[in-house]
Amino acid sequence: MNAPATPLVTLSGLDVTLGRQRVLRGVDFAISPGEIVTIVGPNGSGKSTLLRAIIGAIRPSAGSVRHKPGLRLGYAPQRLHIDPTLPLTVRRFLGLPKRVTDAAAREALDEAGAGDLRTRQMSDLSGGQFQRVLLARALLGKPDLLLLDEPTQGLDQPGSAAFYRLIADVRRRYGCAVLMVSHELHVVMAASDRVICLNGHVCCEGAPEHVASAPEYRALFGTGTGGALALYRHEHDHAHDHSPKEHTHDDGCA
Amino acid sequence: MMMAVLDDFLVRAALAGVGVGLAAGPLGAFVVWRRMAYFGDATAHAAILGVALSLAFSLSIFTGTLAVALAMAWVVALLSGRGLAMDTLLGVLAHSALAFGLVAVSFVQGVRIDLMAYLFGDILAVGRIDLVVIWGGAAMVLGLLAWRWNALLTSTLSDELACAAGIDPRRERLVLTLALAVVVAVAIKVVGALLITAMLIIPAAASRPFATTPERMAVAAAAIGALSALGGLRLAYLADTPAGPTIVCVAALFFTVSTVLGLLPRRG
Repeated sequence: MNAPATPLVTLSGLDVTLGRQRVLRGVDFAISPGEIVTIVGPNGSGKSTLLRAIIGAIRPSAGSVRHKPGLRLGYAPQRLHIDPTLPLTVRRFLGLPKRVTDAAAREALDEAGAGDLRTRQMSDLSGGQFQRVLLARALLGKPDLLLLDEPTQGLDQPGSAAFYRLIADVRRRYGCAVLMVSHELHVVMAASDRVICLNGHVCCEGAPEHVASAPEYRALFGTGTGGALALYRHEHDHAHDHSPKEHTHDDGCA
Repeated sequence: MMMAVLDDFLVRAALAGVGVGLAAGPLGAFVVWRRMAYFGDATAHAAILGVALSLAFSLSIFTGTLAVALAMAWVVALLSGRGLAMDTLLGVLAHSALAFGLVAVSFVQGVRIDLMAYLFGDILAVGRIDLVVIWGGAAMVLGLLAWRWNALLTSTLSDELACAAGIDPRRERLVLTLALAVVVAVAIKVVGALLITAMLIIPAAASRPFATTPERMAVAAAAIGALSALGGLRLAYLADTPAGPTIVCVAALFFTVSTVLGLLPRRG
């Protein structure tokens, strides 16, 4: 957080307008090497838009996104619709856009816990397998910063807990920073160094415990009585809202 | 003597058909993957307008159709995302372009007789210069696709994945648009404006059931396109049917057979 190292990515005064809607306004923050930062926020709060602005898929209407020179990004999108007419094995997917050696592909798949999926068609994978393959592909470029958009979408609770452990593990081995978007508040709290609560702008940010007790956060996510318990209850309250279908509308991205 | 002449125009026709099939197959795979079939139609139908303009201004047909196909792509890009659903927009543009093209052709003297040739192709009338244009265009399209292959595939999967890898998806879209315009411009002589989309889509769709990677699908589509051209020409010669539509019929047969085989339970 207060590390003196040059930040990997610095956002200053970032504004993004999609159509006529100002999705992000005045977003400032920086990501330091090696930290795990999670962005939480309600649907339509601009979480995915923020990630897309960082990778350069959206041009800001004001402010700037600065990458550290030579920054290597590993990005796993929230959803990836692969048209059924496109035949694509996991192995071939890993080699897009840069061809990779068999050894590198195997290593990345093993890292992501997807070692047995090499020859499978992408369209035949389950939700959890798909997320692991996306992670493997993101790891292939030996990234300085992993960007993961709702990486546990469609996983059950043990599955997503395992996925977060995997991410912590990957961070330890690769020494990369991780910026992820999530809606699973209580799991995220345990797995992050820093949490950013987003609702068009940065409502509050800091260590998980700090954010969980911040009034801005409570206003967005519920009025429970105390820290972790409130978060658990929140998760329960909204369990029915978390079907994958609901989340396809997330953020109103074009 | 007669036989030599006969051989010659059939050889030229075969070469023209194979050239178009080889280029249209792999490009057609992208048209299928990216759901650009309607876009292909709009570009191809606009070619009739291009023919009218070429004749009116004494340009080569290739130049005129290429220019109008590119203009059409530009108009589509300009109007897309402004309230109309994409298929509605493309439907409006494709059929308007065709109608305006047909009306424009009627103003140009002495073309009415040839209209059928531009709508359905006139492969048996392919000359040496046409062959050079067709093979030059085909080589350019295949070269573009080979050069941009991984970038094109990545941006076909997702714009975000492309951006994160430093690929500009708009540039890749432009590459495909340009390739499509070139294919339309060279294929109008072979299968005609109305059936160009068929040569793009049918071989690609026919190769889908047995392809496991994008590369195999593209190669198979090229092969099926070329074989359809040869088979269609042969059949048209034997049965005295119009060559362009017969080529498309053979491609459709390939599609039927491969789809049926693809539905059979796999062994092992």
